[in-house]
Amino acid sequence: MSVDKKTVAKIADLARIAVKEDELAPMAGELNNILDWIAQLSEVNTDDVAPMTSVVEVDLPWRDDKVTDGGYRDDILANAPAARHGFFTVPKVIE
Amino acid sequence: MADYIHGATGEWEVVIGLEIHAQVTSEAKLFSGASTTFGAEPNSQVSFVCCAMPGMLPVINAECIRQAVRTGLAIGCKINLRSVFDRKNYFYADLPQGYQISQFKDPIVGEGTVVIDLPDGQTKIIGVERLHLEQDAGKSMHDQHPSQTYVDLNRSGVALMEIVSMPDMRSAAEAGAYFRKIRTLVRYVGTCDGNMEQGSMRADVNVSVRRPGAELGTRTETKNINSIRYMMQVIDYEARRQVDILEQGGQIHQETRQFDPATGTTSGLRSKEEAHDYRYFPDPDLLPLEFTQAFVDDLAKTLPELPDDKKNRLIADLGLSEYNAGVLVAEKENADYFEELLELLVKKTGKTPTELATQAANWVIMDLFGALKKFSKSISDSPVSTVDGAELLALQIGGTISGRIAKDVFEIMLESGKNPEQIVEEKGLKQMSDSGELEAIIDAVLADHPDKVEQYRAGKDKLFGFFVGQVMKKTRGQANPQMVNQLLRPRLDG
Amino acid sequence: MTALTNLTLTEARAGLANGDFTSCELTEQYLAAMTAGRDLNCFIVETADIALKMAAQADQRIRAGTATAVTGIPIAVKDLFCTKDVHSCAASHILNGFKPKYESTVTANLWRDGAVMLGKTNMDEFAMGSSNETSYYGPVKNPWRATGTDGVLETKDYVPGGSSGGSVAAVAADMAVAALGTDTGGSIRQPAAFTGLVGLKPTYGRCSRWGMIAFASSLDQAGPITRTVGDAALMLASMAGYDRKDSTAVDRPVPDYGPALTGDICGLKVGIPREYRVDDMPEEIEKLWQQGIDWMTAAGAEIVDISLPHTKYALPTYYIVAPAEASSNLARYDGVKYGLRVDGDSLDGMYKNTRAAGFGDEVKRRILIGTYVLSAGYYDAYYLKAQKIRTLIARDFARAYNQVDVILTPTAPSAAFALGEKADDPLAMYLNDVFTVPASLAGLPAISVPAGLSRARMPLGLQLIGRAFDEETMLRAAQVLEQAANFEAKPEIWWRER
Repeated sequence: MSVDKKTVAKIADLARIAVKEDELAPMAGELNNILDWIAQLSEVNTDDVAPMTSVVEVDLPWRDDKVTDGGYRDDILANAPAARHGFFTVPKVIE
Repeated sequence: MADYIHGATGEWEVVIGLEIHAQVTSEAKLFSGASTTFGAEPNSQVSFVCCAMPGMLPVINAECIRQAVRTGLAIGCKINLRSVFDRKNYFYADLPQGYQISQFKDPIVGEGTVVIDLPDGQTKIIGVERLHLEQDAGKSMHDQHPSQTYVDLNRSGVALMEIVSMPDMRSAAEAGAYFRKIRTLVRYVGTCDGNMEQGSMRADVNVSVRRPGAELGTRTETKNINSIRYMMQVIDYEARRQVDILEQGGQIHQETRQFDPATGTTSGLRSKEEAHDYRYFPDPDLLPLEFTQAFVDDLAKTLPELPDDKKNRLIADLGLSEYNAGVLVAEKENADYFEELLELLVKKTGKTPTELATQAANWVIMDLFGALKKFSKSISDSPVSTVDGAELLALQIGGTISGRIAKDVFEIMLESGKNPEQIVEEKGLKQMSDSGELEAIIDAVLADHPDKVEQYRAGKDKLFGFFVGQVMKKTRGQANPQMVNQLLRPRLDG
Repeated sequence: MTALTNLTLTEARAGLANGDFTSCELTEQYLAAMTAGRDLNCFIVETADIALKMAAQADQRIRAGTATAVTGIPIAVKDLFCTKDVHSCAASHILNGFKPKYESTVTANLWRDGAVMLGKTNMDEFAMGSSNETSYYGPVKNPWRATGTDGVLETKDYVPGGSSGGSVAAVAADMAVAALGTDTGGSIRQPAAFTGLVGLKPTYGRCSRWGMIAFASSLDQAGPITRTVGDAALMLASMAGYDRKDSTAVDRPVPDYGPALTGDICGLKVGIPREYRVDDMPEEIEKLWQQGIDWMTAAGAEIVDISLPHTKYALPTYYIVAPAEASSNLARYDGVKYGLRVDGDSLDGMYKNTRAAGFGDEVKRRILIGTYVLSAGYYDAYYLKAQKIRTLIARDFARAYNQVDVILTPTAPSAAFALGEKADDPLAMYLNDVFTVPASLAGLPAISVPAGLSRARMPLGLQLIGRAFDEETMLRAAQVLEQAANFEAKPEIWWRER
């Protein structure tokens, strides 16, 4: 399973990372090196093996249904690159 | 009983599946302690978790789990004792984490069925594929600024139940009935307020068409429909559009569409569909959600009587008509009002519930609902309490006032808020049931109209009604009509 | 005043308790050492004002008799921890200028106990790296330099290991008594080994991850970097503890590790996994390992040969699981809520430009790998397969612990390498973690103890891997190892500004 330039462009698009055209080929090369190396996992028989969901044996903790958080808008917006009238703002989305 | 679409080349069947998103009724969000209250100042109900600050982690709200299980039980679904939260990865301005925590492979609730009532009085069973818990996104506002979209994360992280139907519906009417039924159920068990204007319930509508009996066609998904009327419009429009395309030799593309309420049409979203790849995987910040059958059983015990059971009981035990029972159980508050009223009425009159039920139901459905509609009020803020309503009916049943007067008294109750006994007392509306008094009035009426008496006696029977009318007029409607009948006839017959 | 900057935590605590010096005096000396040692690039931000304020409060507390083991102890904090109103950027440009309005649970625990924050240490960007060369803030230099065959110290710079490179370099260069690190696949243990320090990764779930910037959620754990095993025990006791805000934290009491350090390992069964004898293991690592076995035997432990059959697959498994989780964890860096924003012609354009400019090459590489292995059509072959093999790896350890109490291995396959030596070869870099990753995948506690010097007089470490939540036995064995190794070497000071 090796990736080509087109695949790299598609993954980069999914990951929302701008990649220049001339970077695609070297990137594909690097990713293929890693993927080829990872491919050795296929030799392991994993029939009837359950995938790991948690390394520790614990139960998922449940919280009570109480309002214990929020109400600090200034802190929420304090680090925002752009905010107006209490909203985060982003370049206009045209649907 | 499908409504086939008559195309130029023959008949087509429309196939509909719904994904209903219902906001879970809870104080706090699914994975954080921020409030879920509607309509707060932008970003005021946002915690560091809700806006995906670095290093923030989700902790699940126990009530949201209980609500999902209650809903699953109400729909008659299998409850999964182990379920898994997955991340659905995609980028959007109002999705602060860059993923939505949802349930993909292992939902909390599995298959079930609901019975829907169709307009023609028939019922149909619709399959439910699953129900899962997920986070809501924030809200993007595109109309506040010429070049900027504003983002409010108050809704970000609010718990939603996504209820996915099987593709079992064959008409807009069926889809409407199914949606209403789910809405009734979640409102009965108190797991969602069903408020569509505030977005507490909305649906993604999957529509495809096929030749009757053929394989399923390719479907389109129209997103975020927040009214039943719109939903029905979407179905009719999409079905027609797809039939037209297919009949012209075209193909339907599996795509996401949006609905424009102004035109009643749908249109494809420009976003590249093939680019959607949500890369679901189990959220490593959460462990699998597990609980025992005992936990489920305890929740089952706390459920109220469900609408289907209630309807059957109202028909079987109280002798209500199918229609009346159906109207009353459609909203839990209506059924509650009716049952409380009936109970009070039984106490006041000493009669059995069965003797009183139909009259009480008629009054609630005709008189009370009519008034509520006129005043744009809901049953929960009804200007007439069950106590006053029962008293009014009791006065009528006991013969203190006539049915006509009862309607007048009800009008005054609506305007003044006074109780019916007080109104009857103050306005002197008590029914005249004293035979001596009535006889005197009848005699006076007969004396006033000797010509008519003569005509009657000559065989013009129809004039009987005229004399009743005159008596009623003289008593301002207070005469007991049965007694008037009884006393009038022997006198007329001479 | 005599130099206080080479004291262990245990010694500093005693000195503070005795009134030999105050926390303010101790802190000032460390701050001075930090200033003098800026050439090493250990700290991204120095927080002198905060440090002095915390030290003054600690002194009050010591006088009032309410001090804990870490009260008044100046420590360095890896930039992966969110510290309130203080730069917390995971050494990434994408978090440019980010100052959280909250404090991570682990740092909050330390401050609750009176520890003093010296600053935020440099690291590999988002903890992705084994050499501290992927930091946006430039590489950290290892205070240790190799000694040539002529016996003269080289002038070439070496990496401190990673990703907690700034943390280890700060402690090794006497610019902090101890430091906070995080370990996902070896990021505490490997750099500790490269700098002659003790580095402990607790059992997954022992320390809260709340407020620690996530790399790979199912693997990340905070841990102490210290001069001695005893110091690590003291610091861990303060850091650890159940936190309701972390669903993967484990609700177990934190033991007082002190009494566990009895120095007695008579009869302790120490496992030696045969699969760790990798083909191209350098002779000096092989020798060091044998030395460790001999030390344990001499101390009365019983050596047991064990097999961890899936060891070979741990590293490729890790390089599926960790990037997959990271690709999702790092999706939140989108230029909307905090950090860097680079404008674009649309929302997507803004995302792409921001993330292209904000992430470094290694982070991008791992995001792309992670995105790929989760994408439609590949999930089963990669991610699901890896999580199944992870089950097998954990099962290997569980079987081994039926026979043994701890497992002894080398920490890293080599001593520290020169800056730039492996920077262009991701795979060669990944192989650094070959001995540390298996325990991470199984969630087990592990500790690296300085055990000797290489031929070029660079530090080497041995690793002990314990049973889940049995840090006590692991620490006890580690202290015996430490005493036997008696590692007292210090780097020659070449970095101080004159």
